[in-house]
Amino acid sequence: MLLVEKAKLIGELQGSILRMQGLKSLGSPAAEVGLGAINNAFPNATFPVGCIHEFISASNEDTASTSGFVSGLLSLLMKDGGTGLWISASRTLFPPALKHFGLQPDHFIFIDLKKEKEVLEAMDEALKCAAINAVIGEVKDLSFTASRRLQLAVEQSQVTGFILRQNSRNLGTTACISRWKISHLSSESIDLPGVGFPAWRVELLKIRNGKPGSWDIQWKDGRFVPLQKFPLFIEQQKQKAG
Amino acid sequence: MSARFVSIWFPHLSTDWFSLRQPHLKKLPFVLRTSSHGRMVITSTNVVAEQKGISKGMPLADAKAIIPELEIIDDQSDLPLKLLNRLAEWCIRFTPIVGIDSPDGLLLDVSGCPHLWGGEEDYLADIVKKLQNRGYDVRVAIADTIGIAWGMARFGKEPLIVEKEANLEALLFLPPEALRLESETIDRLHKLGLHEIGQFINMPRPSLRRRFGPQFISQLDKALGYQIEMITPVQPIEPYQERLPCIESIATLTGIEIALKELLKKLCLRLVQEQKGLRTAQFKCYRVDGKVEQIAIETNSPSLSMEHLFKLFEIKLSSIEPDLGIELFVLEAPKVEDHLPKQKKLWDASGGLEDERLAELIDKLSVKFGKECINRYVPDEHYWPERSFKPASSLQEKLTTFFWCEDKLRPLQVLKDPESIVVAAPIPDYPPMLFRYKGKVHKIIKADGPERIEQEWWIQQGQHRDYYHVEDEEGRRYWLFRLGHYDQTFQWFIHGFFS
Repeated sequence: MLLVEKAKLIGELQGSILRMQGLKSLGSPAAEVGLGAINNAFPNATFPVGCIHEFISASNEDTASTSGFVSGLLSLLMKDGGTGLWISASRTLFPPALKHFGLQPDHFIFIDLKKEKEVLEAMDEALKCAAINAVIGEVKDLSFTASRRLQLAVEQSQVTGFILRQNSRNLGTTACISRWKISHLSSESIDLPGVGFPAWRVELLKIRNGKPGSWDIQWKDGRFVPLQKFPLFIEQQKQKAG
Repeated sequence: MSARFVSIWFPHLSTDWFSLRQPHLKKLPFVLRTSSHGRMVITSTNVVAEQKGISKGMPLADAKAIIPELEIIDDQSDLPLKLLNRLAEWCIRFTPIVGIDSPDGLLLDVSGCPHLWGGEEDYLADIVKKLQNRGYDVRVAIADTIGIAWGMARFGKEPLIVEKEANLEALLFLPPEALRLESETIDRLHKLGLHEIGQFINMPRPSLRRRFGPQFISQLDKALGYQIEMITPVQPIEPYQERLPCIESIATLTGIEIALKELLKKLCLRLVQEQKGLRTAQFKCYRVDGKVEQIAIETNSPSLSMEHLFKLFEIKLSSIEPDLGIELFVLEAPKVEDHLPKQKKLWDASGGLEDERLAELIDKLSVKFGKECINRYVPDEHYWPERSFKPASSLQEKLTTFFWCEDKLRPLQVLKDPESIVVAAPIPDYPPMLFRYKGKVHKIIKADGPERIEQEWWIQQGQHRDYYHVEDEEGRRYWLFRLGHYDQTFQWFIHGFFS
């Protein structure tokens, strides 16, 4: 009995600490469904919005996977219309492709700047504007101070920020709520020839007040679906047996 | 003081304008044409063509028979009115009241103006000289009434100045056309042998009215000044400008800020009253030493929010050098647009692309980093990947006729320029088995394709592309293409990375 009360008390305290840290849930149940098992890693078991998420990637191929995963998340965030800002100094994103992730490419405004420093400055400005749903910034290096500034900007406006870092030399501590690493996986083999649905290994390296982890997922029919290796395995077993 | 009127006649208005834009036409016989009742008719001619016997209203075929090398340009029916409007606004330098006299003239009420030029002769000479310098052929006459000035400009003999109280004498030798009559009446007068106004002006009024109608009498009265005729003056557009002179020169940033706020307040008040929104604005500071410091801003959507405009200016305010001090501040808004006040929402939800807060953010970013860095795209009707989208004309532009293509898979990351790769592929049309990119060999396990995209020959010549969507043994997904047919010269490229 005492144990139950203690657990309840701790749960309440945790909740109030989270609130004090400015963490709010998205509120719409669909967003929670979107990520499936990954949700358990987050505090309150919901994807944190109104904060900065950091994504790291090493190669062009990984950047493509990362932007795919981020586009998937965006499609959940921007489900009811809304606007996204994509700020970059070296953009290789192909706007029409966003359509395959359930996004309207014309709902994005691309800010193409010359210097990385300007990207951070523009992000700081954009994250303060409550009229947009998400801000995506492509920067190589992010200092703790810069990330703290962005986090402070976001706490007022409740905009969700995504920072995509390719080939970052210095992966130090940042004030971002999470750090993700998305890498490519072979697409699921089905009986049909050709390339399957995009599949990724999603690694949550850091998450404040949550549990880091690693998952294999794919983007299928406009949502995230866990990647299942078993049917193939069974198939191979069958073939061996046959 | 008696009224005086000037009539300006442009005998070759449209053709003069065309030869201003294409100077080589000046020395060639050239005409404007339009189709009328199933044939081509000349609507206006230039001097050279006129000297060779070509006149307005002549069928084009006849004119070509006279001059085979005739230059012909299609007429624009609204051109004369546009030109006259522009010229009328320009003529406000001569008198405040300028009216348009369609189709080829201007009327100026110049009562009390010529003495400023030192007399009527100099006044007319100045008008003629300035208009001729602009490239227009003109005839200008001055008289007590609009009717006589009009007639003299078109049919009178030099000098084209009709002295005061000399209306009747001036009229006597003009042809009846000078009275601005209907063509039927003019024909009838000529048939009766009345080739000059003097021949019928003294005839009894009742019989003139019976033969030629009341219109004829009224035109005669207008010319003689018995009946008053009015000019509808053109209204010059009042610029959106506010001025703030200072008694003592200002040299501090705070002072400049206060001045700017004051001017913005005045300007915004006027914009609100006229339901306009500001698109561009210039803030000019006239310094004591005669130099002008200025900063300019631009907005993406019409705005009349003082705070927002001030913030935009604030970014650039530090670039103003007051030096010894500023004595005059001027705020101009050269570009304004209609802006109807929107109904305010009770809740503070995101309003999508039409949200004012978004427009303000974009303004801020474009002032800071330059307008060209802000991009929004809408689909374009092309299959060629690089041309499949185009910059949107505005933040609010909606997709109406053409939507984003969904059935063709496209990679999220695309290289700016496709990079050449080395490929081993079985012929004729199988996807590649291996390819080398940046020194690394990728073995292809799965592939889709080819998707052939042809060159759009009306834009660009070249070979088609055969695109393949491939996946290597480690799950990396690429967008490759072969330029050209497999049995001719071809080349392989990598164009993008699928997610």
